Amino acid sequence: MNTPSDNLPRVFDSPGIAPAMISATRPFYWSVRRELWENRFIYIAPLAAAAVFLVGFLISVIGLPGKVRGLSTLDLMHYREVIATPYDIMSGSMMLIGLLVSVFYCLDALYGERRDRSILFWKSLPVSDLTTVLAKASIPFVVVPLVTFAIGVATHFLMLLLSSAILLGGGMSAAALWKSISFFRMSLLLLYHLFTAHTLWPAPIYCWMLLVSAWARRAPFLWAVLPPVAIAGLEEIAFHTSHFAAMLGERFIGSASTTSSTGPGIFPTNPMTHITPVEYLASPGLWIGLLVSVAFLAAAVRLRHSREPL
Amino acid sequence: MACIEARGLRKSFGTTIALDGIDLRIEEGRILGLVGPNGAGKTTALNAILGLIPYQGKLRVLGRDPWTERDCLMRDVCFIADVAVLPRWMRVSQALEFLAGVHPRFDRTKAEALLAKTTIERHRRVRELSKGMVAQLHLALVMAIDARLLVLDEPTLGLDILYRKQFYDSMLNDYFDRSRTIVVTTHQVEEIQNVLTDLVFIDRGRIVLNCSMEEIEARYAEVQVKPEQVAAARALQPINERQGLGRNILLFDGVDRRQLAVLGETRTPSISDLFVAVMGNHSSQGAAR
Repeated sequence: MNTPSDNLPRVFDSPGIAPAMISATRPFYWSVRRELWENRFIYIAPLAAAAVFLVGFLISVIGLPGKVRGLSTLDLMHYREVIATPYDIMSGSMMLIGLLVSVFYCLDALYGERRDRSILFWKSLPVSDLTTVLAKASIPFVVVPLVTFAIGVATHFLMLLLSSAILLGGGMSAAALWKSISFFRMSLLLLYHLFTAHTLWPAPIYCWMLLVSAWARRAPFLWAVLPPVAIAGLEEIAFHTSHFAAMLGERFIGSASTTSSTGPGIFPTNPMTHITPVEYLASPGLWIGLLVSVAFLAAAVRLRHSREPL
Repeated sequence: MACIEARGLRKSFGTTIALDGIDLRIEEGRILGLVGPNGAGKTTALNAILGLIPYQGKLRVLGRDPWTERDCLMRDVCFIADVAVLPRWMRVSQALEFLAGVHPRFDRTKAEALLAKTTIERHRRVRELSKGMVAQLHLALVMAIDARLLVLDEPTLGLDILYRKQFYDSMLNDYFDRSRTIVVTTHQVEEIQNVLTDLVFIDRGRIVLNCSMEEIEARYAEVQVKPEQVAAARALQPINERQGLGRNILLFDGVDRRQLAVLGETRTPSISDLFVAVMGNHSSQGAAR
């Protein structure tokens, strides 16, 4: 009799089903796609917000020629303040929506599949827990910032076109508008700010939520929120300080003072912003945060391996 | 190589012992029915085989350790945990796409052909399908995977009798080819009677009976004894006795059929009658201890 190792491949590689070798990245790619199938709010929420925003802008832009006429076009700085505010509000609300989407996504990512027992289906497929958790983590780290960026830039562009049409219709030049908004610089700043301040800086928070969603038997939101609140409260009572709460707040809102050296009151996508990527990359806070994130993710992978459906 | 080999397999949840040292060897090409009362440890055993829970003792599935090598193992193993685990938001077409994307042995054409025999539409979401259709969909997906081991845990739970029959017919006709191994647990034991090649009874984490269907035919016999011969029949030490249609029906283990033929009409017992007899004795022994 042949040894089993000689025998097996011929028996099971029956003709016609030559097992297509699947590269390591394919399960990952399909796992990310399935997250988008399941959680359509990842792109529907920012799209809906942008649509609502555009309607509001459409109404306000009718008064634009009047506003511009009242301005001295020589004072570019003042011109931008008047003209660019809606663009900054748009960027800001996109960042906020992205943050909310990421939070809601992370809290349910590894909890929902256990609650509805579909984890038994996912685990019946040759996709490792590591691949699954990384695919889920890629949503707040890659997909949400890119979706937010794409929708933000497209909306900005539509707003600019709309304003230009109104200005031209009113017999005025749109050149000053495009100059003060500086579309490409604004887009690049939005991208920079999204990834530095709202993705990598708060990474430990997203990873903490993924970890809790892999661990909690119920109410992942409470489990994610209560321990930090308890620690902050304890610190306040015991030492009359609030370092922990301040640290969390700074992480969450992504103040990240190191991403740019602009004074307060200037919006991060304002073309006058001076970004400081070197300082940002050199800040220990960033790297400590990323290390903590990796530890949280590793724990989430272990938990997905061992936790049973609810 | 055995498809599944377990030695001293143990698993406890807190103080509850779910598996109490199971020794089991399942060769390739068998269809094994794992039968036991609720809480006997069937699902725990299957979960250990599928790498879903950690365990103590030795366990090899297709030569691999299921707990540490689940993702590799799942290229050669498929399972249907129960009818409700397909994600409810998923469209039929998405399920096909996803499996084609991640599974090296998934044959999409075959899955499409199997689905064409049903009334399931491609654009439907799982939550819009009836329970029976979800089971058909899951079976179609699983049968399109060229796996070496298929594990079914109560695959027909909650389905009506038409779907249940269709399910096993389809599995036998379109899937089983004697090189694959199938392990199935169910409470509807009568329905799998003709499907199985091997039978394992499990109770309170222990294996109570483990033999092939041929062995069962050779070993167990059921006799409808005429009233006047009941005393003579009882002398042969039946393992179980019940009443049916005014006759006493006695079940014997390892008694020569020629000897029994004198007492009345003999036949091979159904799995459910055998189950009641063997389990009844096992639990009364357990209680006596």
